[in-house]
Formats: sequence, structure tokens, C-alpha cells
Amino acid sequence: MEKIVLPEINNLHLIDVYIENGGYTAAKKALVQKKDDIIDQVKKSGLRGRGGAAFLTGLKWSFMPKSDDKPKYLCVNGDESEPGSFKDRQIFEFNPHQLIEGTLITCYAIGARTAYIYIRGEYHKWINLMQKALDDAYEKGFVGAKMKEKFSTDFSCEIYIHKGAGAYICGEESSLMNSIEGKRGYPRVKPPFPAQNGLWGNPTTINNVETIANIPAIINKGWEWYSRIGEPKHPGTILFGVSGHVNKPGVYELPSGTLLTDIIYNYAGGIPGNKKILCVIPGGSSMPPLRGDQLEGVKMDAESLKAAGSSIGTGGIMVMDEDTDLLRVLARISKFYFHESCGQCTPCREGTGWMYKILQRLISGQGSTADLDLLISVANNIEGNTVCALGEAAAWPVKFTVERFRDYFETRVNSQTSLPTANKVHSMRNTAFPLSDIIR
Amino acid sequence: MKFEFTAVNLEKIERILPKYPDKKAAVMPVLYIAQEQNGWISGEAVVAVAALLEMRPEEVLGVVTFYTMYHKKPAGKYHIQVCTNVSCMLRGGYDIFNQVRAKLGLENGEVTDDGRFSLEEVECMGSCGTAPMIAVNEDYYENLTEEQVDKILESLQRS
Ligand SMILES: Cc1cc2nc3c(=O)[nH]c(=O)nc-3n(C[C@H](O)[C@H](O)[C@H](O)COP(=O)(O)O)c2cc1C
Ligand code: SF4
Repeated sequence: MEKIVLPEINNLHLIDVYIENGGYTAAKKALVQKKDDIIDQVKKSGLRGRGGAAFLTGLKWSFMPKSDDKPKYLCVNGDESEPGSFKDRQIFEFNPHQLIEGTLITCYAIGARTAYIYIRGEYHKWINLMQKALDDAYEKGFVGAKMKEKFSTDFSCEIYIHKGAGAYICGEESSLMNSIEGKRGYPRVKPPFPAQNGLWGNPTTINNVETIANIPAIINKGWEWYSRIGEPKHPGTILFGVSGHVNKPGVYELPSGTLLTDIIYNYAGGIPGNKKILCVIPGGSSMPPLRGDQLEGVKMDAESLKAAGSSIGTGGIMVMDEDTDLLRVLARISKFYFHESCGQCTPCREGTGWMYKILQRLISGQGSTADLDLLISVANNIEGNTVCALGEAAAWPVKFTVERFRDYFETRVNSQTSLPTANKVHSMRNTAFPLSDIIR
Repeated sequence: MKFEFTAVNLEKIERILPKYPDKKAAVMPVLYIAQEQNGWISGEAVVAVAALLEMRPEEVLGVVTFYTMYHKKPAGKYHIQVCTNVSCMLRGGYDIFNQVRAKLGLENGEVTDDGRFSLEEVECMGSCGTAPMIAVNEDYYENLTEEQVDKILESLQRS
């Protein structure tokens, strides 16, 4: 099967190798077409966002206003902080120029003259790799003022890397924009949507790194070709990151609609010790988990997973074998969302903490089955009542894990051994910093 | 202690400013430069950054406290970060965390008396496919066994 985003070509990260393999020809092709024709091709390709919500990319671009009275922006989202997701870093490392080329084409199509690639701060190494690729592209004239000559057009754009500083919430698109603007990364209330009112109040489009890396292939090989790969309603290849209890964890680029069991057993080499699977989270830790006995026939694309009761998310597949302590896993997931809640909305700020506390109580042997219902009730009260989708991201795993593994949890709760209380809660974000140090 | 940007760093900052249409947007990269120079973000550093970017110190402080990667107190020369999130947890992340704790005699968030080591339990670092992992300052060490962790720590202790 052909790979689109991570082709197996040695040293493809080097600009000369990328050019030898047809690099930057898609940009050349795109920059002489009408903007709307580019958007149209992406629409017809059926490409859907790879950042979590699987939103139609061409449709998103078409929301950008046509008039040029305000500057427009593109944000490429490489915050990649959802537990279980580690695919964008492969693009930074192995195919950075395809991301740059996709960024150029996207900027042209939506009329943006500036793009920010937002990369999580922990990815120092990958930020440096990406910066090196960007410097090379600037030097060769593929980006910046020199583009006009290189591509013989009157369009040019600038691409900058913005380094995050350790906040999962900055992957949420409006929080990401606040972070670029130099503010605390609080999500914004929507509407207004970014296409109307984004960076510094201007029209802005936000797309995931993998989404953008698909664009050059769509332009070069055509939307018909792209739309025929994998599942028609969610076409293309997807970077599936497999982690946890498998023999060969890693990122596998496969057509959408590949069977989940195929990915786990064939590509990722199955479960160590041939153990049974207790649970699989198919799309990063915020997505509803599937039971080991629910996996047969489940295909990995947005529609199929929705039908199976979960969601494609970021394509991060977390596998847990039969000996996993699911209660501790769920508590760890809850701790994460508690830690990462920005604190703006009461249901999320308080609810994530409550869920974590209840789960700790269960772990310490002090809980009861009534706590299981309490967990679901807290989760239900977060869902739909918050500014951003971190609320759902925190509520779903708790609600669906407890519901789908009710038997497991009841047995676990009723046969408690007293375990030491889980790790201390730490939240740097809430650390009081003595103001008196500063304002005298 | 007074904080002043070095001439070299002021130049670096000059090169960052044109990336954004608004000075204030440079606050995150400028804070990184302050941290690199000073080891952590002190109150004086906050004041200096604010003056440079025409912001109020409270605004800069708000940014510092929102993001976990700005140190609000001095970190060790070797800042050891251990991921214990699910994918690492499933492959021994907590064992590694406890091993580092015991070996350095540190609890989460603490710094050794000689200022050489600090320990932080961190959230998912994007190493799920190469778990378990630790990061020492900016560098990732992945696919670890307990023996490898021992070796890494010992080589740091000797250096
Ligand atoms: C809490 C939260 C965290 C998110 N983190 C990321 C992220 O790390 N990377 C990403 O691309 N999208 C993330 N998203 C989704 C973005 O808001 C946005 O939908 C996405 O970047 C759009 O790109 P796409 O249409 O190409 O998928 C996150 C959303 C939420 C609610
Ligand atoms: S849902 Fe949570 S993370 Fe999102 S804005 Fe509200 S408090 Fe912040």
C-alpha cells in the first residue's frame, strides 16, 4: 500500500532529497490555479481533519471570507498532547518539507500571508528539525519573499514556528490562538468562529499537522485518486499510533477503514505473551474505550468507529491486556484531564477533580458501587456544559469506561485490597507565585 | 537578584519580534530566553520581560503560571522528567518514576541540596510508541529498561 504522508524514502527530510522525489511541484502547480479551485479539489477529495474531530477540510477552508480587507492567518496545530498520540512528530522528523509545502498551498487557498506552526514545547528536538527544514526552504526560495520569483507568481507567505510551553489545552484551536497572541491559553467562547474572528481578531484557519501534510498529494495526484483510498466517507491514509501492550508499538500509515484487529495483531505484532485484550482506546485517551470482546470487525475510520460507539480522535490506539488494572488506568486518565483543565468553567474545573478524587477513593479501597453511579453523574454534568471540548474529553472516558466495564468495576470495588493512595496531585498551573516578589 | 538580558539575548529577541504583528505575542519565546539565561523565571525576570514587551508584570506572570515548562523556582542542573501517563504506565512508567525517586532521594517537584538534580512527574510527552521514557532537560530517552535508567543517572552523577 502506498504511503502518502510518511513514504519510505531515505533521508526525505533533506530538502534536496525531497525535491528529487517531486517535492514542491504541488505548490508550483497550485499557485497558478484559482484559489477556489484548490479549495474545491480538497473538498472533493473528501479529506477530513486528523486533529480529532474529523471535520471536512475543504469545507472548513471555504468558511474563510473572500475579501482582503483584513489579514488572514493559518495555524498548523502540532501541539500533539493527547495521551496516546505521537504521529505528528514523525512528520516533523521524517517529512518536514511536505508539511511546509502543504502549508504554502493552504495559505494560498485561504488567502493567508502568515502561517504559524504551533509545536508543543517538549518537542525541542522536533522543533529544531522543523526549523532546520524551514530555514532550508527559505534559503532555496520556496518560502518568503523569494517565492514570487521561484514560483513565478505574485503570492508569497511567511511561515513561523511557535513553541508551546507545556499545556495540553493549547491544542484546542481557540486556546492555541490565545497562546500565539501571548496570553494564557484559555479557550474562547464560540461563536464567533476562527474563520471570522481568529488571531488578533482576523480570519483564521486551524488545521492539524497531518491534515496539512496530505495536501500536496491531493494536488499532485488529484482528488479522484485520493478519494478512492480507504473508506469513501473518510478517505486517505491515517497515521495510526499504537501503544501499550503490543509487541511492536509505533506509527503505522494505513488506509482508513483498516480493521482494528488487523492493526493490533498484524502490524503491531499482537499482545505480549499472547494474552487477551481487556480494553482498547481507539483514538487517544479522551475517546470512549472498547471492550476486548467488541473489537471484531471494527474498522478504523470516523463513521465505522462512531457506529461502534467510539471515535477516531487522533488515531492513537492504546491497547491493554487482560491483566491491566483498569481502575488505575482510568484514575490516571482522570488525573490528566484534572491537571490540564484551564479552570474557566466550573463543571470542568471542579468535576475533573471530583472524578479523580472518587477514583482515588476506589483505588484506596474506601469506595463503593454507589461511587460508580456518582462518577457517571458527575461526567454527565460536565458534558455539554463547558466552553470547550476538554469537558467531553474528561467526561467520556470516565462515563464510557464505567458503563462498558461495569462488571469489571463492581468486582474490583467489592474485592478491595487497601492500596496506598495514588500519587499526590500536582498542578503547576495552579501554583501560587508570590506576587509580592514582583510588585513592591 | 537583578535581571538584565545579555546583549546577545537582546539581539535574539530583536529577531523574534518581527514574527508577530504585536509585541506582546513574543512573550512566550522571550520568557524561554529569560529562562535559558537565568535558569528559572524569577520575579525580576518577569519585570524585565514586561518592560521590554510593554506589558504589565501581572500579565507576564499570568503567562508564566499557566504553562508548566516555565520554572517558577530554580530547577536542578539536570531536570529529570518522567512520564507516567497511560501508555508509559502500561509499560512500566511508574516503576521508572519510583526508581528515579529512590536513586536521587527526591519527591516530585524537589531539587537536590547541591542543586544538581530535580524531578518532575510529567504528562504524556508523545513517546507512547517508545515507552517508557524520561527526559533530561531537553533530551528524550526512550524505550527504557531499569538498567538503562540506572546508567543514565549514574553518568549524570559522574559528570
Ligand atoms: C482539549 C483539546 C485538545 C486538542 N488538542 C489538539 C492537538 O493537540 N492537535 C490537534 O491537531 N488538534 C487538537 N484539538 C482539536 C483542535 O481544536 C482542532 O479541531 C484541530 O486542530 C483542527 O484541525 P483538523 O481540522 O485538521 O483536524 C484539540 C481539541 C481539544 C478540545
Ligand atoms: S471545558 Fe475545561 S479546559 Fe475547556 S474552557 Fe472550560 S475549564 Fe477550560
